[in-house]
Amino acid sequence: MKNDIKPSEITPEATYHNRRAFMKVGFAAGAAVLTGAVYRHFNPTLPVADVAASSTAPAAVLPSEPNPPVVGGARTLLVPNTFEEITHYNNYYEFSTNKSAVAKAAGQFITTPWVVEVSGLVSKPHAFDMMDLLKIEQEERIYRHRCVEGWSMVIPWQGFPLKKLLDLVQPLGTAKYVAFETYYDKAQMPSGKYAGIELPYVEGLRLDEAMHPLTILATGLYGKPMPNQNGAPIRLVVPWKYGFKGIKSIVKITLTDTQPPTTWNKAAADEYGFYSNVNPNVDHPRWSQADEQRIGEYKRQPTLMFNGYADEVASLYSGMDLKQNF
Amino acid sequence: MRTAQQTLWFNKVLVFINALVPLCMLAWDGMHRQLGVNPVEFLTRIFGVLTLMFILITLAITPLRKQFGWGFLIKYRRMLGLFAFFYGCLHLITYIGFDRSWSLSSTISDVIKRPFIAFGMASFLMLIPLAITSTDKMLHRLGAKRWLKLHKLIYILAMAGVVHFYMIVKSDVFYPVLFGVVLAILLGYRVYAHGQKALPKKKN
Repeated sequence: MKNDIKPSEITPEATYHNRRAFMKVGFAAGAAVLTGAVYRHFNPTLPVADVAASSTAPAAVLPSEPNPPVVGGARTLLVPNTFEEITHYNNYYEFSTNKSAVAKAAGQFITTPWVVEVSGLVSKPHAFDMMDLLKIEQEERIYRHRCVEGWSMVIPWQGFPLKKLLDLVQPLGTAKYVAFETYYDKAQMPSGKYAGIELPYVEGLRLDEAMHPLTILATGLYGKPMPNQNGAPIRLVVPWKYGFKGIKSIVKITLTDTQPPTTWNKAAADEYGFYSNVNPNVDHPRWSQADEQRIGEYKRQPTLMFNGYADEVASLYSGMDLKQNF
Repeated sequence: MRTAQQTLWFNKVLVFINALVPLCMLAWDGMHRQLGVNPVEFLTRIFGVLTLMFILITLAITPLRKQFGWGFLIKYRRMLGLFAFFYGCLHLITYIGFDRSWSLSSTISDVIKRPFIAFGMASFLMLIPLAITSTDKMLHRLGAKRWLKLHKLIYILAMAGVVHFYMIVKSDVFYPVLFGVVLAILLGYRVYAHGQKALPKKKN
């Protein structure tokens, strides 16, 4: 037998082990990168300041001099949250149920032209063009915003009292409630079918709540036109109620004599009532409403009765059992 | 045999590193302020989801062993279970620290007041004895029979964990239901396998 393997052809033991070690480290690194990629797919980075809030809504002309507050509570003295915070943490289930994903998902939402149809028990039903609504004098309102989930913000809205619009259509004596409806377009809002709530989104107020000077139709925030994710081009803001009462992207306002259905109440009647006034003494069945997390802070704050607007609105509910009428 | 030992050790390191990848990425995102507008909520949720995922991976070991004959998987189960406990601790620390401002009394009253917190807490409390008795020494001290009986708690705590997750969401139940379905399959397999074992052998 002749051995024809040259010594030089045999891999030295050390090299062999080094090579194996090198492959192992490479394999381990590859596996970690793969795990990281899977993690990143499910948890994209959420930079707070890189996505500009998009809006195709026309801008309102704000008076250069801020209006004197017309009503108590019109401007809270708290420091408003940043524009980035307000526009990157939104509940808008038509676009996404992930609050951090709404800003991007609503980026392409087309809101011009826009018409708000006001009808029902009124003397002068009218379909208002958004351009006409922006001719109503806009006011700045700095409101606390309290979400039913237990977090809160301070938001500098601009808009006008809902009362001004209702006065234009002249509600009949039989009108007792105001019903609202959000625009719903399956093509523009493909995620809507996974929202877990019935769409289009509907909301309602008692007529006296709707006529209250603190109740506004907001057309923008921070002096900018309303960002899509915040309910462009026009939304309701009722500062003493949980955020979900502030219906977004309104296309229909109807005056009725019966209490209108509301989306979250239809989804879970025992959890979300018609009134949904902010009340630290009435807990949500699954969590406490006694305190809240201010976005931007790390410690929970006590929740105030009627979200801090008790002086202005408590009289609307005198004699009512607020636990019964939650 | 030395190489088999080396392979096992290498694989364990591999599992260990990969289990820590999410934590490293969370730390990275945190340092770069990329955890969104409400980092507290984000961290709490991700730690909770990771806890449930490790519980489910732990529960997947036995069906995979039995179904595909991958007996070697058992060697990694303890580490995976301990990672479930590890992320469970982080989840709890985030909740007690930020949501309850480190107040024990507030935490206790929260457990009493909120059913979903009670489910989560019960689930975590059951993880503790399993983590404590995870060492070889404890296994010997308890004896295999009692040890196995105690570790059946994983079935109950997994269910409590999924219920806890389901109860916190408002309407978008997709992920809680997904976890529930996976858990049902993993537990259902055990019931099925048990039934197969109990059947009398056919006589030819």
